[in-house]
Amino acid sequence: MAIKFRGVDFIEFDSLLSDDERLVRDTARKFIEDNLIPIIEQCNREGRFPRELVKPMAELGFYGASLKGYGCAGMSNVEYGLVMQEMERGDSGVRSFVSVQSALCMYPIYAFGSEEQKQKWLPAMQKGEKLGCFGLTEPDFGSNPGGMRTRAQKTGKEYVLNGEKMWITSGSIADVAVIWAKNEEEDDNIRGFLVETDRPGFRAADVHGKWSLRASVTSSLSLQDVRIPECNLLPKSGGLKSPLMCLNQARYGIAWGAVGAAMACYDCALQYAQFRKQFHDQPIASHQLVQEKLVWMINEITKGQLLVLQVGRLKDQERAGHQHISMAKRNNVWMALECARMARDILGANGIADEYPIFRHMANLESVKTYEGTHDIHTLIIGSNITGLDAF
Amino acid sequence: MKILVCMKQVPQKDAPLKLNESGTWIREDVSYEVNEPDAYALEEALRQKEKHGGEVVVITAGPARSQQVLREALAKGADRAIHLEDPAFVGLDAINTARAFAAAIKDEKFDLIFTGLQSDDYGYAQTGVILAELLGWPHATIIMQIEKADGGIRVKRELEAGYFQFVDMPLPAVLTIQSGINKLRYATLIGIKQAKNKPLRKVALAEVQDALSPNLLKLERLYVPQKTKNTEVLQGSAGEIAKKLTEKLRNEVRVL
Repeated sequence: MAIKFRGVDFIEFDSLLSDDERLVRDTARKFIEDNLIPIIEQCNREGRFPRELVKPMAELGFYGASLKGYGCAGMSNVEYGLVMQEMERGDSGVRSFVSVQSALCMYPIYAFGSEEQKQKWLPAMQKGEKLGCFGLTEPDFGSNPGGMRTRAQKTGKEYVLNGEKMWITSGSIADVAVIWAKNEEEDDNIRGFLVETDRPGFRAADVHGKWSLRASVTSSLSLQDVRIPECNLLPKSGGLKSPLMCLNQARYGIAWGAVGAAMACYDCALQYAQFRKQFHDQPIASHQLVQEKLVWMINEITKGQLLVLQVGRLKDQERAGHQHISMAKRNNVWMALECARMARDILGANGIADEYPIFRHMANLESVKTYEGTHDIHTLIIGSNITGLDAF
Repeated sequence: MKILVCMKQVPQKDAPLKLNESGTWIREDVSYEVNEPDAYALEEALRQKEKHGGEVVVITAGPARSQQVLREALAKGADRAIHLEDPAFVGLDAINTARAFAAAIKDEKFDLIFTGLQSDDYGYAQTGVILAELLGWPHATIIMQIEKADGGIRVKRELEAGYFQFVDMPLPAVLTIQSGINKLRYATLIGIKQAKNKPLRKVALAEVQDALSPNLLKLERLYVPQKTKNTEVLQGSAGEIAKKLTEKLRNEVRVL
């Protein structure tokens, strides 16, 4: 039984969007439907990143879509979010790739880079000719990135970088890595450095055996006496605040993306429940327990849509605080994972097979729940904001 | 070449349709999209422009919601748009739709006018042909290929049973385009942004009213086909039953 995504809109959510916003969403939806949906289950099975989609996604303007100039589309934050939603309706791994390219690599170059750095990297990255990755997390420092051990030492007109980075999306396919390191000449202030991945001493090794995000590349990075010219320092980066600003961009995209994954699971479960018959030749959608699950899902999806749309509107007015983005990320990923689990229940045994997208979304969302600030860390961010007391 | 593409907004192909209260058409609260053959017509116009230069103008007739069709066309690369904006254009017969288009473009000079072969909702396949007649231009239908030729164009028409016909035509001309003539492009995000700054001329019903005559199309009743079940027991000897059965299979069920 083939299930085709029909979109999810319970409360005329679309009426809150402008014509352009809907057109952006519909364009991204059609692209994903035509190009990703037919291949994603096979990619997931093989643990293969669909590299053939890098260029087509670039042609549509998916990379750095919310940046202005340098060939970027200059989308609003809401429009950017709707693209993320549609991508993750396809797959969290593919959305992660776009998030990393856009929010974690192009954004820091755009926000903290020199004009030369922007000219060198942004147009090429927008076109998908150059790919990027973001090196913040280390084997021993995840939720507490400030403890990082990666160091930069100035020698003459060069920096020498040493350290290990872990769980780096696109690590081994990237042309450039934004590496965050403690700068010894500035009393260990955290700075961002652009490291071309073909420099001697830079190595990327893929993480194998993942049960999640199988259609994206996850790597560990090792930097051993990697020498970069001093002009590769991101001049406007300074302190832990800089990488956290990048994470804010990415978390915002994730909050939209999670809605997409939840929609995929809900829509699939709804159609399945209307089709699948048990007891007296009645569809299982006629059973109260199944209806309760479907209602829970549409209820939470609708709330999640409104939450992230409001955060997007605030962001477009430059009024979104990191605590707002934390709430949207925390709530929406949690609800999406719950939706995936409920949808899998509704599909019974079929829920575990990759004939349906649900188990893949569920496994993906397990990662999404703990990356870019775990669910619990976002609880502490919001808690700190409302009480004025840090509980880290 | 200056090309006009006539486009229509139609209910989405896989949208669940509900009848309106009077049972004469479907309810308005359905999802809409670009009529598929029109999307191919637009794509072909954009490709001709990329090959030979010129301008692509898109036109539609319909209520405010149908502007979405024009926006999408502008985002894909059309240069400007004309919107005959009024709910009265919904359910208008083909001749009056063609008259309205002809009136709205009377000050323009196009080399080619493309329409989709037919619309996915009413499916008349008439508007383009009538428009050609009103303008006094030649036309060709079910177009699968367009090449520039000496003093005009050479087009490939799809006939039945796998046959094609090649026709040499002078310009200006009207062509109705078959789905599948090319591969559709996506609107790009930057294209969507740029579309905002492209000209969109609105034409009110009053401006073309003089060219129109009463709408001769009236839908009396629209209904969902009723499922019926009929059981008939054939009586008689085995030979008679077999004879009746073959008759029924041949004349009623028509499977023999």
